[in-house]
Amino acid sequence: MNTPNSNRLSRRAVFQWFAATAAALSAGEAALFGAESPLLQSAKPPASTGYGTDPELLRAYKPGELWPLTFNPVQKACVVALCDVLLPADHLGPSASSLGVPEFVDEWVSAPYPVQQEDRPLILEGLAWMVSEAASRFQREVPALEAAQLEALCESVCQPERVRAGFKNAARFFHKMRGLAMGAYFSTPAGWAAIGYVGNTPLAKFDGPPAEVLGKLGVEQTVE
Amino acid sequence: MALITSSKSQSAYDVIIVGSGAGGAQMAYTLCLGGLKCVMLEAGRNYQPALETPMFQRPDQAPLRGLPTPDKNFGFFDSTIDGGWQVPGEPYTQASEKKEEQFHWWRPRMLGGRTNHWGRISLRNGPYDFKPRSRDGLGLDWPISYVDVDPYYTKVEMLIGVYGTNSGLENTPDSPAGVLLPPPKGRAAELLSQKFGKKLGVPFLSIHRAILTRPLDAETIPARLHPNNPWAQRIVADSMRARAACFWATDCGRGCSTGANYQSTTVHIPPALATGNLDIIPNAHAREVLVNAEGKATGVLYIDKTTGQEQRVSARVVVLAASSGETVRILLNSRGGRGLANSSGLVGKYIMDTVGTNVSGQIPLLENCPPYNEDGAGGSHFYAPWWLYQNQAAGKMDFARGYHIEMGGSRKMPNGSNPVPDDLIQGLYGTKLKEAARRYYGSLVSYSCRGEMIPNKSSFCELDPTLKDKWGIPVLRWHWKWSEQELNQVAHARKTFSELIESMGGTVSKNASDKPLEFIEPGGKVIHEVGGAIMGESAKDSVCNSWNRTWDVKNLFISDGAPFASNSDKNPTLTIMALSWRAADHILEEARRGNL
Repeated sequence: MNTPNSNRLSRRAVFQWFAATAAALSAGEAALFGAESPLLQSAKPPASTGYGTDPELLRAYKPGELWPLTFNPVQKACVVALCDVLLPADHLGPSASSLGVPEFVDEWVSAPYPVQQEDRPLILEGLAWMVSEAASRFQREVPALEAAQLEALCESVCQPERVRAGFKNAARFFHKMRGLAMGAYFSTPAGWAAIGYVGNTPLAKFDGPPAEVLGKLGVEQTVE
Repeated sequence: MALITSSKSQSAYDVIIVGSGAGGAQMAYTLCLGGLKCVMLEAGRNYQPALETPMFQRPDQAPLRGLPTPDKNFGFFDSTIDGGWQVPGEPYTQASEKKEEQFHWWRPRMLGGRTNHWGRISLRNGPYDFKPRSRDGLGLDWPISYVDVDPYYTKVEMLIGVYGTNSGLENTPDSPAGVLLPPPKGRAAELLSQKFGKKLGVPFLSIHRAILTRPLDAETIPARLHPNNPWAQRIVADSMRARAACFWATDCGRGCSTGANYQSTTVHIPPALATGNLDIIPNAHAREVLVNAEGKATGVLYIDKTTGQEQRVSARVVVLAASSGETVRILLNSRGGRGLANSSGLVGKYIMDTVGTNVSGQIPLLENCPPYNEDGAGGSHFYAPWWLYQNQAAGKMDFARGYHIEMGGSRKMPNGSNPVPDDLIQGLYGTKLKEAARRYYGSLVSYSCRGEMIPNKSSFCELDPTLKDKWGIPVLRWHWKWSEQELNQVAHARKTFSELIESMGGTVSKNASDKPLEFIEPGGKVIHEVGGAIMGESAKDSVCNSWNRTWDVKNLFISDGAPFASNSDKNPTLTIMALSWRAADHILEEARRGNL
């Protein structure tokens, strides 16, 4: 498992880590979700409108272009760490953070639409939970966690039926993040290669499944 | 004549056509090639597929990976603009607070309407579908039969280009030899469904969709469509040559910049404009049909949305093709809200949608396939027509009408949402998660019921007594009710789809509810609403006659889904076009005789 790639934090970020950790620890685990935590000062997204009912469809967009983003360096570092433990660089492709997945999550929690605004508190509170867990379990900031420690965090929330009582919301956060990260990851060209999608390219003719696939399925092509 | 603004309109036209979708554009095509001067009013903006369609744009280039939002309900790249389930400033209301008694109304505001994004599924009604009451005593018969529409189905198929195969199955009409374009090859999940469907008696085979699997034959088709009219033949041939064959990539819901699939903006409207006989006024929201003291239609009052001003346009004939709901609204709002063509009291009555429900599952046989391109024709290649007519005729079933099965299941482009359901990846993260995604991708199938709803007295729309839209026009209020017929139908579909998935060794995905009233798609959600100005045998029991002409106003025609007296399981678009062409031929004939 790779360690997160943005583990060099600015002085300002380091200060924010101290503040975040102190706040998380004083809030206590149970109070992190749904609490009026100082970590959630930006729980309400800045007022902005969406892209409207007739947006320009032919150009490429980047997160932050249409509405302001949310994450401070602490939150960003947590998202990078989590996305890269969920979808690391390996034989199937690059890491989530190299495919813009954390920026997508930021775009998501900042979006002025109902679905995204509903996810926003869960994700921001979940990031605070990561800060708190890293500090209380490992006495570390999230970017400094070793791979095994990040995996230990995941292990405590990844099995919904085995999650202990105090971690129910953290488990919801984990599953929300995993779904978002997978969606974002596999909708990139590198993600297509990782999952096995081939297409979005013009063809002179459509051949259907190759013989190897037809054989594996025990079917024949029935259309000439 | 061309795309114009209100100030450039002529003082009078032969025909005003309200709406630019399947019905309105087919009407414009036939009338303009027949020599009549027409003006088309479109409530939305002009839309140019060749310049605006996002063909190869990827989800990671779109906001929120292209996922649906309240601004773009079917995702960022869906072609629908300025509309969806809600149109800002143009609300509609529900008579009931109960979810199952509500209707959802999809309204694009753009040239071409829904034809820009529709599924392109182009099925003919069969002989039973025009005479359902005669067959089982329920619902309503049409005043026309399959033989009346058959030649128009053929003409529309030749004009727009439909791929498919002739099956010879009951009430699933064949097209004449050489009319259908070659169907695309089956995908893995489709071939597997075909194999296992056969064992259950469910006939999966090539679907009919309006997509060019090869270029249209511009040398011979125009002469068959427009015999003895070389001028029309030349225009239509040019238009056909401007359309490319499908290049087996990109989702048809985005529209098509090369004209490889049918949308009115690439197929009907260009040749209609090329005649020089058509003016199109975009941003023109029709409010009411104007009538004179003798009760004849004289024109249409509309809002010019660019100025907010009321405008009038005059003609000898008015054709409403604004979509069934909007057409009803225009009729009810006419004569200062006293209504028009409504001596029967049936305007707005007998609204029907398609009966829908969906079951998905995961098939281990489809796991771990080697990567290959399965994009295909930007939508489904196979479906299963209804196969139990004989059982129904023998009284063996607890619902009277059929459904066809549409299916999903392919190695299609991941669309920004999580491509693997949570229950398949429990506890996983890291490389194991990525390996699981690769394993399961392409192994998911889904089957959708698309069934016939029988018209009932509790499903209708009327003017809301108080609410007006931002233009000051009274809005529609919807009433909705499913009968046991539809609920039994979706229960049967769910059982069938589950058996099919299990017969393939698959696992059926968990469903939120076991109650048909909860797992049936809500009214309007399949976006096949028809009825509201049904055609029939007499002025007492219908709004239109067998030529889509209103009984009460002799020069007022309706050429969208509103005249449908039933809504068979077959998707309505092809029938809307066939009936519109037929009505247009009637208008041309009446004009020649001086009857208009």
